[in-house]
Amino acid sequence: MLMLKGMFSKPENPKLYWKEFMHQCSEISMGALPIVCIISVFMGAVSAVQTAYQLVSPLIPKTTIAQIVRDTVILEFSPTLVCIVLAGVIGSKIASELGNMRVSEQIDALEIMGINTKTFLILPKIVAAVIVIPMLIVLSMVLGIWGGRLAGDLSNILSSATFDIGLMQNFIPFNVFFALVKAYTFAFIISSVSAFYGYYVKGGALEIGKSSTKSVVVSCVVILLADYLLAALLL
Amino acid sequence: MIEFNNIKKSFSGKVVLDGVSHVMETGKTNLIIGTSGSGKTVLQKCLVGLIEPDEGEIIYDGKSFNAMSAEERKLLRQDIGMLFQGSALFDSMTVEDNVKFPLNMFTTDSNSKKLSRVNEVLAKVNLSGVNKKFPAEISGGMKKRVGIARAIVLNPKYLFCDEPNSGLDPVTSMVIDQLIKQITVEQNITTIINTHDMNSVMEIGDNILYLLNGKKEWSGTSKDIIFSDNKQLNQFIFASEFLQDAKEMRMLEAKEKLKSKGN
Repeated sequence: MLMLKGMFSKPENPKLYWKEFMHQCSEISMGALPIVCIISVFMGAVSAVQTAYQLVSPLIPKTTIAQIVRDTVILEFSPTLVCIVLAGVIGSKIASELGNMRVSEQIDALEIMGINTKTFLILPKIVAAVIVIPMLIVLSMVLGIWGGRLAGDLSNILSSATFDIGLMQNFIPFNVFFALVKAYTFAFIISSVSAFYGYYVKGGALEIGKSSTKSVVVSCVVILLADYLLAALLL
Repeated sequence: MIEFNNIKKSFSGKVVLDGVSHVMETGKTNLIIGTSGSGKTVLQKCLVGLIEPDEGEIIYDGKSFNAMSAEERKLLRQDIGMLFQGSALFDSMTVEDNVKFPLNMFTTDSNSKKLSRVNEVLAKVNLSGVNKKFPAEISGGMKKRVGIARAIVLNPKYLFCDEPNSGLDPVTSMVIDQLIKQITVEQNITTIINTHDMNSVMEIGDNILYLLNGKKEWSGTSKDIIFSDNKQLNQFIFASEFLQDAKEMRMLEAKEKLKSKGN
């Protein structure tokens, strides 16, 4: 909390802070985009195939598969599973980058110049993560559902037309809102936890590795806990 | 001028600085010397505010650093340049961007003016043609010089150097020492150097503070060291037989000079 409080101070040169924010947006989006795309497509495809495998009763219409794929992808797979992967991809990067800056005295050098390092180094990362990660989650939802549709068609489980009909049935827009609430919350958790572990690292290369791993583990546990709490509160 | 009185600092009950007082003079190279673990770096970090001392007062040109608000300290820090032991250059930036960074942050000059200032300070530290290189692509001595260039780009009043010669060969060390000395005299700034390099002590030691186990053991100039009878200081400075012989020869030479002057 003290770290977060210390982030809010008047920037010395807003242009440089904006540049740093844009740099972080680009780093986070470009760094995580390939893995988010791959995971999302396969996640949707596997959930379509496995749902079909479990729905053996001829009384259940095939459109149900599309509904299940849609809801699982929107409610859980995209926001939670992808954020857990992002905790590894983005979180470890933030922790090791800040840890390396701390150990090599780059943070001290900035402090000596009279720069609030929390504002300059941590705030742009958190704001960029909170803006970019939900966008990645929305993309993941689309790709996940598309993956399910593709897998259903390729393995002759259900046609694309049937999938599209199922996709429109019993759709609850609140689920998308709920997924976005989760995405914003998890984005904040990933960036702030990893920034904390990186910024306050002490020691050398070994400690940077340890703090990076710790940041991923703690982020994942906090994400799962927040996932349960949000589900209990909002659903 | 930087004055500090009765600086005390402990970490987890271990006393690192125990009531250190001294005056660092303007226009002179002020050296803090001592064995590893004697408290040199902690003292320097206390002086620049990276570590808060448990007790004691630090005064920058008559203004108490302890009494300054966070905003006042921030302003003062724009007058401070620091060369770190490992240079602390920003890995993701080129040499030019590293040196330009303080200008970008604290000035509203045009880009061409900033670039001309960058080239001016890089020329001052005898570095040219490396503007577009990254820190990983240059040697240790060059990194130190880039570190000095970055530290002086805003024309600081106070220059702190933490072991500027560590890991450098004797020739490069001498170049760095002379460079720091030249900048100090030319710009009339207060320079504080942490070192345990004996060449630096003898070459550029205008005002030396010797720390032993976190306490001020001795202070004086490089010339005073030759005639000092402080046992601990002599053990530290003239650790080898070769250096002890050198000291005796310098003392004999000085005595003969005095004799001839008397005659």
